[in-house]
Amino acid sequence: MYYIDPHIHMVSRVTDDYETLAKMGCVAVSEPAFWAGFDRGTVDGFRDYFHQLTEFEPKRAGWYRVQHYTWLCINAKEAENVKLSREVIAMIPEYLDRPGVLGIGEIGLNKNTKNEAIIFLEHLDLAAKTDEQILIHTPHLEDKYQGTRMILDMLCDDRRLDHSRVLVDHVEEHTVRPVLDEGFWAGMTLYPTTKCTPERAVDMVETYGPERLLVNSAGDWGPSKPTAVPDFILAMRLRGHPESLIRQVVYENPLKFFSQSRNFDFTPPEVLESEVR
Amino acid sequence: MTIPLTANEVLDREFLDVRSKLLLVAASLDRLDRAEGNVERDPRRRGLAEALDILSDGKEDRAERIQMLFSRQYDADWKQSLDMPRSGAPPR
Repeated sequence: MYYIDPHIHMVSRVTDDYETLAKMGCVAVSEPAFWAGFDRGTVDGFRDYFHQLTEFEPKRAGWYRVQHYTWLCINAKEAENVKLSREVIAMIPEYLDRPGVLGIGEIGLNKNTKNEAIIFLEHLDLAAKTDEQILIHTPHLEDKYQGTRMILDMLCDDRRLDHSRVLVDHVEEHTVRPVLDEGFWAGMTLYPTTKCTPERAVDMVETYGPERLLVNSAGDWGPSKPTAVPDFILAMRLRGHPESLIRQVVYENPLKFFSQSRNFDFTPPEVLESEVR
Repeated sequence: MTIPLTANEVLDREFLDVRSKLLLVAASLDRLDRAEGNVERDPRRRGLAEALDILSDGKEDRAERIQMLFSRQYDADWKQSLDMPRSGAPPR
């Protein structure tokens, strides 16, 4: 089955992972900007990162016929440096018209601090002024519920934002309902120990239905599994769900969400195959 | 949306997996008891005990309730608590 991983950090992965993803049916990935494992010191560090995300990664993905898209921001962990964050936010528009840039992300909260919230609001303002879609990171473990509710408060306070163009990621059993109830998209992240497992993601599809639900691996430099979406596909099949429902969640839903971005130019795999013939 | 499997089929599929996970939890708690020191007053230990109560209370939404058990409370007045500046965005 063809699928799309809507949240994966391929700059942290080796080229062999692209090959493995392609072999398992992955036809497209979307890569939000995130924390590199260390705090970057200058705006030029982010300029180089955005260059990598918009030029080299699409090329590397293309070697395996995987279509690559990206989102730009300074992430919540580095938002404690408000001065640098503002410099990065001011620089982001230089890259927003590049092919494959789907919007602003992954912005959000980490420890639910004042500086994180201020920079989150400033990202929202940029997205509203530039009519960009938004991809949001929600905090980990004990901070997730509080942080998700704070994020929803800030999103709902801003009437410029179209909720159907916002994806709130890393939802779990206690946060998925408020996200969907407000009309946002919700992403379930499959991680080995934290976040969600494939079986629990299937439970949430069964509980809330497939509308506006996405599933991703968020594969990165830490313990993570870039092929977690195929694990979800298998879990859905073993649970007895039809292929049409599985395809909706792992392929049609990401296409529907991404299609709202002006830079989303997707070639269906069937078309790519016919070009080869 | 309902789960396509019957309760019997779910039990057949998941019994050994759940049994194994219960043994992992039981062995972890035994290990805690055997280790030197006492963590009975540690909030994490109390949280584990409360989570085990949720597992056996026979009510629905166990996963969601355990998630909430291990979550910080949401403060609806967080903007005041953090002394947030007024947003420039138009209010809803």
